[in-house]
Amino acid sequence: MDPVIELQGVEHVYVTDREAVLALEGMNLTVQPGEFISLVGPSGCGKTTLLSIMAGLLTPSRGRVLLHGRPVTGPDPEVGYMLQQDYLFPWRRILDNALIGLELRGQLTPERKESVVQLLEGMGLGGTENLYPSQLSGGMRQRVALVRTLAAEPDLLLLDEPFSALDYQTKLQLEDLIAETLQARHKTAILVTHDLAEAIAVSDRVIVLAAGPGRIRKTFEVPENIRLTQPFYAREQEGFNELFHQIWKELEATERKEGT
Amino acid sequence: MSVRVSSHDNPDNPRRTDSREWLQSLYRDYQHRKRRSRRVVLFTQLSILLSLILLWEIAGRLKWIDVLIFSYPSKVFAQIWKDVLSGDLWPHLGTTVLETAAGFLLGTLVGTLLAVLIWWSPFLSKVLDPYMVVFNSMPKVALGPIFIVLFGGGFTAIVMTTLSITVIITTLVVNSSFNEVDPNLVKVVRTFGGSRRDVFRKVILPASFPAIVSTLKVNVGMAWVGVIVGEFLVAKEGLGYLIIYGFQVFNFTLVLSSLVIIAVAATGMYQLVVYIERRLIRER
Repeated sequence: MDPVIELQGVEHVYVTDREAVLALEGMNLTVQPGEFISLVGPSGCGKTTLLSIMAGLLTPSRGRVLLHGRPVTGPDPEVGYMLQQDYLFPWRRILDNALIGLELRGQLTPERKESVVQLLEGMGLGGTENLYPSQLSGGMRQRVALVRTLAAEPDLLLLDEPFSALDYQTKLQLEDLIAETLQARHKTAILVTHDLAEAIAVSDRVIVLAAGPGRIRKTFEVPENIRLTQPFYAREQEGFNELFHQIWKELEATERKEGT
Repeated sequence: MSVRVSSHDNPDNPRRTDSREWLQSLYRDYQHRKRRSRRVVLFTQLSILLSLILLWEIAGRLKWIDVLIFSYPSKVFAQIWKDVLSGDLWPHLGTTVLETAAGFLLGTLVGTLLAVLIWWSPFLSKVLDPYMVVFNSMPKVALGPIFIVLFGGGFTAIVMTTLSITVIITTLVVNSSFNEVDPNLVKVVRTFGGSRRDVFRKVILPASFPAIVSTLKVNVGMAWVGVIVGEFLVAKEGLGYLIIYGFQVFNFTLVLSSLVIIAVAATGMYQLVVYIERRLIRER
């Protein structure tokens, strides 16, 4: 199968008035269709930069990004991006918020609108179409943000810590919902997170990044019994704790090395 | 323990009805106190106004103050009443209100457009910056004579004076509200492939809408300054003209009655803008 996205020797430099900083170094990554990948690492390891490059918001200083074999030149309809918070527009009603992507691409047809209404319904958001974001709870708002991303029918989802602003219970519920939804629709996903347990519970591969400059340190394959279990129950699977400790050690080693 | 739980669940339970009544009486008390305090405030406000007017009247009639300069309320109100009845007042009031409305609407419009231009082009923004600083620091009213020479002594010159006062501050306020929009909202539009134009139309403008409407409120007050000063300088009509005219013929009753009318008209206009603002932003 052809990979969904491929990074070939991607490097990125931020230039400011004071200096030029190398943020990413020698990134090589291949993601297969339907895969769920998590990126974990200390702050400053360039996770958000990496996502921005894959989303076509940033052009890497060096190297190539291929989406279905084509070089990425800008934001692509095939890629959906979910941010750390919902960032719904407070002046738009829920349905109008969910439709913004289609609206921006000029793809808003009555049929597509109807399918977004159903998508909202499917996420337990039926009846909220005409409310404003301020009238919804944090978990509901993040679900609207998910609908907004899915409405544009992307192949690849980039998830930038989408659960970090939620309380623990909501977070667990949303993890399950997202994992289920993406699996049912055969989407490919790349998740950035600080939560190791979350990374192991939802993904097929966990990639540990090192900081200063950001680079891939080690990749862990998640065993099948954990992979095939719903995220909530995956935490009770055999081998979960062992994997958690392995990744934890790796992360600690990364941080110690930077300390010296 | 279990007895208490079951008694809680029972709707006919006397304790529960008690507590409902208790809550209601607390709420009634609260409402009552609130209404009462509102009445007291209103009463005090009216007393202050009435006693000041009364004091002024007595001082005038008993010649504690120079009536030629300070006049007194019954004379002022008689003057207003006479002008209202004879119809002399309306053209003056109409001209001034029209000039003010034109000045503050144009000021808000042009100022907002300028802010858009500056937001659109960071280059232009950097180039224009020192000019904006100088023009903003300058007392714009000092430009009055130049506007008169340029546009003739009348409506246009006065509106231009007003515009010069309102435009830059509008630009600065609106532009800073453009820049304060959460960059992550912009990022949402960009991830969907939105252009700079989309970013402006879908995010920057709606997010800054409250700020733009609130500059309307600021501009109402500023526009009155511009119009009255403009009328001082040049006009043959308007409330500012009446003030200068009254001053020149030493008719201070006319001056003071014009001031009263300005106070009423300016407050009315301000309240109108507040009302419009509430209608426009109520929904969110």
